[in-house]
Amino acid sequence: MRARRVILALTCCVWAATVQTACAQESIGQDNIGQDSTEKAIEKYRHMLSDDPWSNPGLLDVDRGESLWKTPAGPNKVSLETCDLGKGAGVVDGAFAELPRYFADADRVMDLETRLLWCMEKLQGFKHADLIKNPYPRGGQPTKDLGAIAVYIANKSSGMTFAAKLDKPKEKEAVALGHAIFFRRQGPHDFACAACHGESGKRIRLQGLPHLTKPALISSKAPRAEKSQLRG
Amino acid sequence: MRNLALVTAALVLVGPFAARAADKPAVDPAKVDAAVIAAFPTAPPEWHSRFVQDETMKECSLHENSPPKAVADAIQKRERARIEYPADGKLVGDWKEGEKLAQSGYGLRFTDYPPRRVNGGNCYACHQLTKAEVSYGTIGPSLLGYGKVRNFSEADTKAVYEKIYDAQAAYPCSNMPRFGANKVLTVDQIKDLVALVMSPESPVNK
Ligand code: HEC
Ligand code: HEC
Repeated sequence: MRARRVILALTCCVWAATVQTACAQESIGQDNIGQDSTEKAIEKYRHMLSDDPWSNPGLLDVDRGESLWKTPAGPNKVSLETCDLGKGAGVVDGAFAELPRYFADADRVMDLETRLLWCMEKLQGFKHADLIKNPYPRGGQPTKDLGAIAVYIANKSSGMTFAAKLDKPKEKEAVALGHAIFFRRQGPHDFACAACHGESGKRIRLQGLPHLTKPALISSKAPRAEKSQLRG
Repeated sequence: MRNLALVTAALVLVGPFAARAADKPAVDPAKVDAAVIAAFPTAPPEWHSRFVQDETMKECSLHENSPPKAVADAIQKRERARIEYPADGKLVGDWKEGEKLAQSGYGLRFTDYPPRRVNGGNCYACHQLTKAEVSYGTIGPSLLGYGKVRNFSEADTKAVYEKIYDAQAAYPCSNMPRFGANKVLTVDQIKDLVALVMSPESPVNK
């Protein structure tokens, strides 16, 4: 399942850039031709959002996610508040920062969404197949419920540094597999994650590319440069 | 959800990297293949070739794009042999068509079946090309003025054709797609892109 996420990420990212140029072009002056000035204009946009957090549309999902987490649902009519995200039943503060991790009850390594699905099945009684039927919102559609809950949980680690320990045997196995997939090139464009995320300070069109082999701070409300969609 | 999933994927990859940069993770490539295939349970049969790596992809994956010299030489030789040249010997097409192809990222994405347009080259995703287009990526070097600074030379024109046809013929494990060799672009499309990069009339060289 973790491997699946990595691959899904690939299908999302690859060529994502092609559809998202128009509005960004408006927000940076046409005279900004040099790479540095382009970078600065994008940076300014991000600052505007962080200076005034209420201008950030992602916060709506945080609120929606909190209410979904706390509202009884599913055949069993219970909330997710007793879900163990790794730091004990119901503990949400800092939980995201330590995921993914090995869960003995499931005997596997799980990331946040995998664990949330697990709790929805085991606690609330939902069927797995139903939960994963249409996992992603279509273009322009709002974040799905699972996404909103995940954003709420991630926001409870906002400002922390990723600190998954990943020292148990199954965790090490998962990391090694992820490492290999990160560099695995395939498909008609020869892409691997490393092509776009292996270096700092690179962009696809105007979209900054995170350097994923570097530890990062968690900011659960950084929107993309061009759209009002939420990301990490 | 989509983006959160991305982040968690990142998370898996982040922590331990710095520490393990030197030592190779011991993973059976067959296991990696299996994980990739298992990730697409509903993939239609015509997509299955996407999971299969050719020799060059395998080597570049294994060596994380820094192949030792012998491997690099073998890749270069193999990829060089794959380059097909235009039957009429003319390497330069129409830069206006080339500009359209450089802008277009259409083609071969999961949402592009059945194809409704010709494939694009999406060069702007990775390269700066013209002054007018300010939305460009930086994975590849800037190509602004590329032909002009090379005096529009014949040797460089041929090198650009070869670069677009098969980037790894000159640069093993390059992050640039092998557009011709992988049948993403046709010979005629590549000629139009050569014109965009190399012809004196092209805005790239103005
Ligand atoms: C062709 C380039 C490309 C490839 C290959 C690629 N990505 Fe991405 N990735 C992007 C772009 C562009 C974005 C920013 C998209 C956005 O914000 O909407 C992105 C965003 C991400 C993010 C979100 C980071 C954040 O801060 O929000 C993650 C995580 C990610 N990619 C992981 C991966 C993984 C894992 C792979 C390999 C399976 C991969 N990517 C392959 C281009 C790529
Ligand atoms: C995924 C990113 C990517 C895409 C898309 C891409 N390139 Fe590249 N390109 C690179 C990288 C990285 C290099 C440097 C390594 C190399 O030379 O192969 C490069 C190198 C080049 C060079 C040689 C530059 C030099 O230093 O002499 C040319 C010419 C070029 N690309 C043209 C194109 C054209 C035309 C297209 C569109 C059909 C294109 N590229 C699409 C990444 C890309």
